[in-house]
Amino acid sequence: MTVQTEIRSAPHIKGPRSVEQIMANVVYSLLPVCAFFVYQYGISAAASILVVTASCLLAERAFVRTGTQAGSLSDFSATITGLLLALTLPPGFPLWMGVVAGFSAIALGKALFGGIGFNVFNPALVGRAFVQAAFPAAIATYTPSFLPGRFTQFIPSSLAWPLMAPADTAAWLKAMHFDALASATPLAKWKFEGTLTAAGDLLTSLAGHMAVGPSPVLILVCGAYLALRRFMDWRIPAAVLGSAGLTAWLIFAVGGTKYPDPFFMLFSGGLILGAVYMATDMATSPVTPRGMWVYGGLIGVLTVVIRYYSGLPEGVMYAILIGNAATPLIERITQPTPFGKGASIRARKSASYTLHPDYISREEAGAKTPKKRFFKNKPKQ
Amino acid sequence: MKLLSYFRGEAFQRGVHPPGCKHTADTPIRRLPFAPRLVVPLSQHIGKPSRPIVRVGEEVLRGQPIAEADGWLSVPQHAPATGVVEAIELRPSARGPWTECIVIRVYEASTQEVLWGTPQDLDAFPPQDIVLAVQRTGMVGLGGAAFPSHAKLTVPEGARVETLVVNGCECEPYLTCDHRLMVEHANDLMTGIRHAMRATGARRAIIGVEDNKPAAAEAMRRALPPGSEIFVEEVPTKYPQGSEKMLITALFGVEVPSGKLPLSLGMVVNNVGTLAALGRLLPAGQGLIERVVTVTGPGVARPGDYRVPLGTPISFVLDYAGAPAQARQVILGGPMMGQSVASLDVPVTKGVSGVLVFRGEDMAGREGRRSYPCIKCGECVESCPMGLNPSMLGMLAARREYDAMGEQYHLGDCFECGCCTYTCPSNIPLVQQFRVAKQILREKAAA
Repeated sequence: MTVQTEIRSAPHIKGPRSVEQIMANVVYSLLPVCAFFVYQYGISAAASILVVTASCLLAERAFVRTGTQAGSLSDFSATITGLLLALTLPPGFPLWMGVVAGFSAIALGKALFGGIGFNVFNPALVGRAFVQAAFPAAIATYTPSFLPGRFTQFIPSSLAWPLMAPADTAAWLKAMHFDALASATPLAKWKFEGTLTAAGDLLTSLAGHMAVGPSPVLILVCGAYLALRRFMDWRIPAAVLGSAGLTAWLIFAVGGTKYPDPFFMLFSGGLILGAVYMATDMATSPVTPRGMWVYGGLIGVLTVVIRYYSGLPEGVMYAILIGNAATPLIERITQPTPFGKGASIRARKSASYTLHPDYISREEAGAKTPKKRFFKNKPKQ
Repeated sequence: MKLLSYFRGEAFQRGVHPPGCKHTADTPIRRLPFAPRLVVPLSQHIGKPSRPIVRVGEEVLRGQPIAEADGWLSVPQHAPATGVVEAIELRPSARGPWTECIVIRVYEASTQEVLWGTPQDLDAFPPQDIVLAVQRTGMVGLGGAAFPSHAKLTVPEGARVETLVVNGCECEPYLTCDHRLMVEHANDLMTGIRHAMRATGARRAIIGVEDNKPAAAEAMRRALPPGSEIFVEEVPTKYPQGSEKMLITALFGVEVPSGKLPLSLGMVVNNVGTLAALGRLLPAGQGLIERVVTVTGPGVARPGDYRVPLGTPISFVLDYAGAPAQARQVILGGPMMGQSVASLDVPVTKGVSGVLVFRGEDMAGREGRRSYPCIKCGECVESCPMGLNPSMLGMLAARREYDAMGEQYHLGDCFECGCCTYTCPSNIPLVQQFRVAKQILREKAAA
């Protein structure tokens, strides 16, 4: 028979996994979190999510078009950046500043390095860091959740004109009989007022009018979906939360009442969101399993240290950015041990068959005296 | 689950689970007729090519030696059919370069009974004579590596063999030739194991079978000679368990030290196909003239395991099995490590375990896929059975830093199983990059 055959390189079959599939699943898992955010803050949050994501997508499109970076819109990675960035911003963040945040996230966080896979820092956090430096007042202005009329009325600061100072939300809140303290985040309240919010309330984000992000429980559930389908590595969130909890507990145990209890540390601010969705960004976290533990551990410790000992109430963002910067170094020192190069040559206890030590060659067994019974099988050459 | 089975000592670490596709597992082995012309390459094994001992125009009997071993690491070749030597010339080989081949025109009407060879009583042989008898059969590893079997059964000075590990994993998707051999020729296999144990001085033999082949394990258990130190062990199905180092880890829970042979742990590993063939050929004193080949693939009309005379052109095999006209790719071996051939004139050799045919539509899963830069998801690190970092190796390969790949990232340990490329969501041809890098490093070392 004559056929036109092609030469290809093995393997000739391919697993089902693709970049689009991974990224799309991360987007799906983020949708409930976004819905909860909208439920908390109403149309302001919805507008913020839409505007920031759209600005990320437009920026991505522009940079891909001009050939500055690899990838395409269909890989969903810019969508993830947009959604995550919107979730880290205050719900009443002026929309025009959201556009700036989205654009700078893609431009400075991604396109600058060459696009998907090449970025050193998590793009969403680069965008947030940029606007935190550019608009320090606006980014620190939170509003209480579950306000009456949140589905019919924008938070006034949202609709600020570009380059104009946003409207003061304090007066607007006062009209609704909320004092100024209600719009402080639990972390800021602890840092500047010394009042603690109960960890149980923080866990669900449902109690009262707290100025908090989406429920940590919901984020953990969505993250568990990703981890179970192996679209995200479970080691990183486990390491971040474990080390943050442990550090906070140690300080709490030694320092006593001056410091909050570890559960407050874990469930307040953006730690859960950061641990589950930001620190696990594939391109900016180590690929080596051991490296993931080191990286996560570093982020956890840094978060607590920044929260306790710096002027900022929140430290997750900088902790993750520092972790990103340390990733190449961490990877270098945590390379996996190749097969047969490990320290142990001894069998696991439960293996089906055991090896008789007499048969293991001398150099392997550590210079044992050879027994007089060789060459019996050696054929003449 | 993965973790659990590892701690219970049931498997090697990492690896992948490609779909089995063992469609021909229940079809008995059939015999393929003789092609009009058989092409016997003088180099079907690792080592020196054989030296021809027939001349053009000479008539040969089926089973007659037509080439002799050239040195220790070489094997003789035998005539796969009765006929006349038509030419001794260069012909294309599966690997690409043209190699010297003996072309035999088959006598159509003649009896194809194997008349060559004298029965021998191996139990009376000392071990070194068994090894020489193995060399006379021209046997090589039939699992695909084609390493001369007698060299493998030779125990070097200072080493002792405790265990003969018999590899019946057949972890490659689609292939079922070893499975069928285990089911149908379990008695030959036991004879082969007995002689191999005597040749190496092993005190026990362990047959490792993947647990997706319960019929094979059952057939072998029934064939176990009473009172023998031969065990059948089922191991969890996972690719690449058929690699000898992985199988040893699955069975014993130890890792063969990097750069060492299983011999350093007192083991010799042989494929079931090799030992079953030895069990048939050794007592009769005959040579290896045919092997079982799985011919399969989506769209093949009569897929199955065929007993194919060595030297049969692939095109003849495909015609007989009814390969589809839209065939776009023909692979010798399995889909993970097999080699796609350029010409269908290449013959079936001793190392060919399967002929796999893909149509254009079967390749769609790979072809329409976009390639992305590495997103560092770590899937390759999680799947590399050798514990390497394919992600890093791939990046170094793209930057042409081959020396760093070899020295710092253990490129030499890679045996090209294909797990990293199989799982890579970015569709990066990692294994191909590694092959190129190894070749460049080899050339550098030679220069």
